[in-house]
Amino acid sequence: MASAALAEAPAQTQTAPLSHLKQLEAESIHIFREVASEFEKPVMLYSIGKDSSVMLRLAQKAFYPGPIPFPLMHVDTGFKFREMLEFRDSYTRELGLDLRVWRNEAAIADGANPIKLGTQRCCGLLKTQALLDGLRHYGFDAAFGGARRDEEKSRAKERIYSFRDRAGQWDPKAQRPELWNVYNSRIGPGESIRVFPLSNWTELDIWHYIHLEKIPIVPLYFAKERKMLVRGDSLIPLEQPFVKGLPGEEQMVRCRLRSLGCSPCTGAIRSDADTLPKIIAELVSFRSSERANRVIDHDQDGSMEIKKREGYF
Amino acid sequence: MPLTQTLEEQAAFEIEEFLEAEQKKDLLRFSTAGSVDDGKSTMIGRLLYDSRNVYEDHVRSVTRTTGGGTASSSIDFALLTDGLRAEREQGITIDVAYRFFSTARRKFIIADTPGHEQYTRNMATGASTADLAIILVDARKGILTQSRRHAYIAALLGIPRVVAAINKMDLVDYSEEIFRQLSSDFATLAARVGLRSVEAIPISALEGDNVVHRSKRMPWYTGPSLLEHLENVELASTRADAPFRMPVQRVIRPDQNFRGFAGQIAAGTIHPGDRIVALPSGRTSRVASIVTFDGNLDSASAPVSITITLNDELDISRGDLIAAIDSPPAVANHFEASVVWLHAQPLALNRRYLLKHASHIVPARVRSVQHRIDMETLDPMPATTLDLNGIGIIEVETDRPILADLYEQSRATGSFILIDPASNATVGAGMIRQVLAKAVSHDQMPRIVLAGLELAAQLEQRLLDLEYPVVRTRVQDHGVWRALHEAGVVTLVEVEGPAQVVSRELVPEPATDASVDALLAALGIDQPKERA
Repeated sequence: MASAALAEAPAQTQTAPLSHLKQLEAESIHIFREVASEFEKPVMLYSIGKDSSVMLRLAQKAFYPGPIPFPLMHVDTGFKFREMLEFRDSYTRELGLDLRVWRNEAAIADGANPIKLGTQRCCGLLKTQALLDGLRHYGFDAAFGGARRDEEKSRAKERIYSFRDRAGQWDPKAQRPELWNVYNSRIGPGESIRVFPLSNWTELDIWHYIHLEKIPIVPLYFAKERKMLVRGDSLIPLEQPFVKGLPGEEQMVRCRLRSLGCSPCTGAIRSDADTLPKIIAELVSFRSSERANRVIDHDQDGSMEIKKREGYF
Repeated sequence: MPLTQTLEEQAAFEIEEFLEAEQKKDLLRFSTAGSVDDGKSTMIGRLLYDSRNVYEDHVRSVTRTTGGGTASSSIDFALLTDGLRAEREQGITIDVAYRFFSTARRKFIIADTPGHEQYTRNMATGASTADLAIILVDARKGILTQSRRHAYIAALLGIPRVVAAINKMDLVDYSEEIFRQLSSDFATLAARVGLRSVEAIPISALEGDNVVHRSKRMPWYTGPSLLEHLENVELASTRADAPFRMPVQRVIRPDQNFRGFAGQIAAGTIHPGDRIVALPSGRTSRVASIVTFDGNLDSASAPVSITITLNDELDISRGDLIAAIDSPPAVANHFEASVVWLHAQPLALNRRYLLKHASHIVPARVRSVQHRIDMETLDPMPATTLDLNGIGIIEVETDRPILADLYEQSRATGSFILIDPASNATVGAGMIRQVLAKAVSHDQMPRIVLAGLELAAQLEQRLLDLEYPVVRTRVQDHGVWRALHEAGVVTLVEVEGPAQVVSRELVPEPATDASVDALLAALGIDQPKERA
């Protein structure tokens, strides 16, 4: 039943079966619209990384031709890469978005850093505490996060609507059953929901979508010569004064970042991938998961689950 | 990741070709149910490992945990898929875990669920979005209660296709006779619970037989391996041919010139120019355009998310539904449904729950439990309530009508959840089986009160807190009152003088007690006891 041919329009015909990326897109848009309609003060947790870039594009699609009807919040630990902050500011300005930046200023003034405190406590103060304080400060009742179920074991069981108690904490045993795409948005005063619209996307899906949709991402994802601290297999970015190498450890290396976090705790990988197709080719040939370069996830067995219980994303 | 490559191969890797192939892949969601002894985790681990979907650091981590030395290798396949700390400590899988893998043909999402009866709700959760279910049968033990339960849940949740994976064939000497007997037993079970498409495959998850690679140890079996079947099974794509349904999630109105209705197509296909009906109003119009960020479409099918503009200005809001004009869903406030009870607090008759159906939340009450299913025998048993993990058939009445399809015809518009308004917990998952005769409010009493301004305001606030639909008016016209009564709203008529309650004959009669509580009681409105 073709409707009057419409030869002139750049309109596209879409027929079943839908590609998996289109299915994931449709599902994510549905989630954005549900949350924006059922909660009073939603916010998107914007981490500046590739997953946040995809979330942002999906939110644009969900409300087009209207604007995104909620603000973005970035939790700044003070240790984010300079290039990340530049990207954040220029991209959100270009899209005309309402960006809120939240920092745990007290801890930052105290000189919190992962070498002094250890990664667990440092993350606890600069990320988890700052996130909870920021959400409370603005009174946000729903927060979108870019976490995916394929990232890590404890995330494989995460709901799309993840219920958090008044302290912002996650109890894996008290999660609400989630059937079909009928989400329960009811919460009491002070309680909140973390929402994961990318739950069913994989790392490859994310990159593929960025490529197809030409979504802007932070240049740190692309390989180039960078000055690094080289220690064993690790490449540690030299962004912070307290990250200092022994003689001979500081070298120029052709490398890139596979996921973006705080500079002292995010290792780079040696790579020649300076385009999206090359990044995808590299990814397909990888034999280790993307979070393997995050120091913080390996502190102890099940460490992601512990952080999540405390309120981390 | 699906491909292993040497560095040289990688250099020659045609990424654009790969991406093009990637883009053509479709998506199969399947659920698995089984418990510790079935070897379900081993089967999934084997599926992922043999299809090269496991990262080396994950393999290293499970090799380290076990310290090496299980039966056939140092890799414990079960640990590849094991999740939360509490579960690891108890050695069981408690919750639904979602896993992802892909092959050259298809992407897969596994909803991995526990198999014991106390996790029926988790199985139902995993099954609710699945296109296919894998039910594990231990070749040594045959069809047990557990297999029956899994088959029943798969049928109840409307999973179109089922695979019976007859596992542990290595422990029965790869016996053809045993496989044939169990396939036949399973076919009998499938017919009993109403499963239509069933395939039986003999496997050994531990040894890898017929999971990814075809087994040489069962030459008598000529069918596909489990993965081959998953890759080739046809996806049920009936949703695109079904009558059009789109629950309206949101009205998008960036300026005076644009008014679009945003939603995800639940069923069917739509084109500009198609005639539609907006429900519950029943107003009709034609589709002017299908708007997306990527340009207007000349057709869109389920499950795409779109925004529709119409030729006429209809008053449509969130919770309404846009449907094909020739076969709209029923506008119903009284129906029969199957329900899976999800909460430790049992189902309470006539208690006020919130029912969420598509993009619509309405207060609802369960008027009766017709029976519950005994999960041992699958026989219906008399019941007046349902406990956690109980499954039964109930009669539901909603305060306002919903736009109901039968679940067997449309999963997306035939399903609902029940929420306890006191705890906000999701307590039930329902599937509409039959629309019943329209229920006028259960006591046949119109909910119309005449009251002074101040009292009307108090009543209104309380009713809104209780989530009843309320209309305030000054109109004293019986025709209008009757229409409001039939629409299921509580009507507050502002008058001078003492409060009056309208009788069945639509005659105002002086209230004996004009307090808010007494008036609500006179209207037959239950106030929850937990109210502070």
